[in-house]
Amino acid sequence: MESYLFYIVGTIAVLAAVYLIFERNPVFCALYLIQTMVCIAVLYILLEAQFIAAVQMIVYAGAIMVLFLFVIMLLNIKGDEESKRSFPFRKIPAILMGIGLLTVICIILKSKLLQGKQDVYTVAHIESLGNTQLIGNLLFTDYLLPFEITSILLFVAAIGAIMLAKRKL
Amino acid sequence: MINYLPILILFIVAVGFAVTNVALSAVLGRQKPGVEKLSPYECGIEPIGSARERFSVKFYLIAMLFVIFDIEVIFLYPWAVAFKSLKVFGFVEMVIFIGILFICYFYIWKRGGLEWD
Amino acid sequence: MNKELFIFIIIASVKVLLVFGAVQFMVIAMIWLERKIMAHMQVRLGPMRVGPHGLLQPIADGIKLLFKEDIIPQKASKFLFILAPIMTVVPALVTFAVIPFGDTITIFGRSIDLVITDINVGFLYVFAVSSLGIYGIVMAGWASNNKYSLLGGIRSSAQMISYELTLGLSLIGVVMLTGSLSLVDVVNEQSTLWNIVMQPLGFFIYAASAIAEVNRCPFDLPEAETELVAGYHTEYSSMKFATFFMAEYANMISVSAIAVTFFLGGWQGPFLPPVVWFMIKLSACLFFFIWIRSTYPRLRYDQLMYFGWKFLLPLSLLNILITGLIMVIKG
Repeated sequence: MESYLFYIVGTIAVLAAVYLIFERNPVFCALYLIQTMVCIAVLYILLEAQFIAAVQMIVYAGAIMVLFLFVIMLLNIKGDEESKRSFPFRKIPAILMGIGLLTVICIILKSKLLQGKQDVYTVAHIESLGNTQLIGNLLFTDYLLPFEITSILLFVAAIGAIMLAKRKL
Repeated sequence: MINYLPILILFIVAVGFAVTNVALSAVLGRQKPGVEKLSPYECGIEPIGSARERFSVKFYLIAMLFVIFDIEVIFLYPWAVAFKSLKVFGFVEMVIFIGILFICYFYIWKRGGLEWD
Repeated sequence: MNKELFIFIIIASVKVLLVFGAVQFMVIAMIWLERKIMAHMQVRLGPMRVGPHGLLQPIADGIKLLFKEDIIPQKASKFLFILAPIMTVVPALVTFAVIPFGDTITIFGRSIDLVITDINVGFLYVFAVSSLGIYGIVMAGWASNNKYSLLGGIRSSAQMISYELTLGLSLIGVVMLTGSLSLVDVVNEQSTLWNIVMQPLGFFIYAASAIAEVNRCPFDLPEAETELVAGYHTEYSSMKFATFFMAEYANMISVSAIAVTFFLGGWQGPFLPPVVWFMIKLSACLFFFIWIRSTYPRLRYDQLMYFGWKFLLPLSLLNILITGLIMVIKG
């Protein structure tokens, strides 16, 4: 049953992503992106990663996409305005960059760089302790430094946001 | 996994309910469209220009600050769950984390990021 | 399909339909009660004509709205205009999936938990779903192509995201005490002592944020009649309007149910059956909403933002630190 669900949700996610690329109206694009994000959250649930699924929903689908929508509405680009400004031959660098990105993704997937060691973390072990509890324990012991650095990263982001939005400094 | 099945059922019921609701009035209500009736409401006067004007950058800033603080809140959830087993060590860590964010918060405040004028 | 799974699905479906029906009934009851209670607080009678003491008024309103003309403004984005009420009401209704409304009962030798589903990230689920509720409102505002609607939608979403932060932060104290994100565990933990005793500040922050999150008075800026006509649903008519209305009430019920679960001991209580206790507490919270509405005037938008960002946000961070400190000292 899980594999069926995976194929259904995965197809919806990919279709939404394709629609996102070919849609002209930016507001609709944002909606398709939200749809993709929610589908990815469901995929995380299928992987038994409930906490990550919730984070995916809250941060990506709930917070970042609100920001995207605001920006789209703030800039309020009209279709004709946009086509006037765009420079010719823009498709060539786009295709080149796309191919480059695809190659990088393929190399990384092939090299198993992203595969962590399984260690004691079998599905049964995670189930017994609880997903969030386990992440909490690991994040605040083994991965303490990255966590603390995150707060500085957030600080930098806040400075950037203020600089962007303020007219008088 | 099986625990998420009832959520799916509820979701289907809710969507079905909402779609029926919206569809019902389109079917049952009688339609008598007119030019006046279909124009956007603007207190009785002729609508001036498009409604989709650009709006204040303040809202954009609020959305950005929301993303930043939302990520912070996300970090607090696993911490709160594991708090009992982390004990004093976990508390000190979070004091540092929240401390840095407090500095960040007061920076935003002093820079006028929270002002509405 | 094996037999166990089939029975599981049947039980789940029955629970879903029961909860769904109960929520619908409560929405209808709330519409009547709100008008009636507000009227009596303002020394009026309220609806009296339809049925005894106007009891059938919400049904009459529903039937009226059902047969009203369904207007879609010419300049509106038709698809989004229709989608927006659906996107608002679905998250409001789906939240109820993780809220425990009673103890485990035994029917036909089969023990059934009185909660649609108990997932170990229940708390995060509530926030994930409620954070999607914003899109319906933004979309409604944008799709209408009406100045008041857009202003209302943008205002509303900025308000909702601001107070979503403090809403999440206010409950972290409870999570620290419980050590679990499952709502069933949170209720079980409170068998001896309600969390409101341990977390009075958290409850205050939650109450203030929840009222703002569901756009109720005194934080009902998005639909401030005196300046924005009706906010994001200015252009909506017939059942689409009713759907927005329903979403607002369903949201009110869901935040009240979460308040009951996290702070007021959930279904725990002596003598009476658990479900009755849950309903009593829920009704008390809902009454509180109406009471607040008829007591306080509306805030100005800058006051609203100041209150959220300059007062509630540092206060809720402080609440977490204090809770942590006390727990560390106690050991």
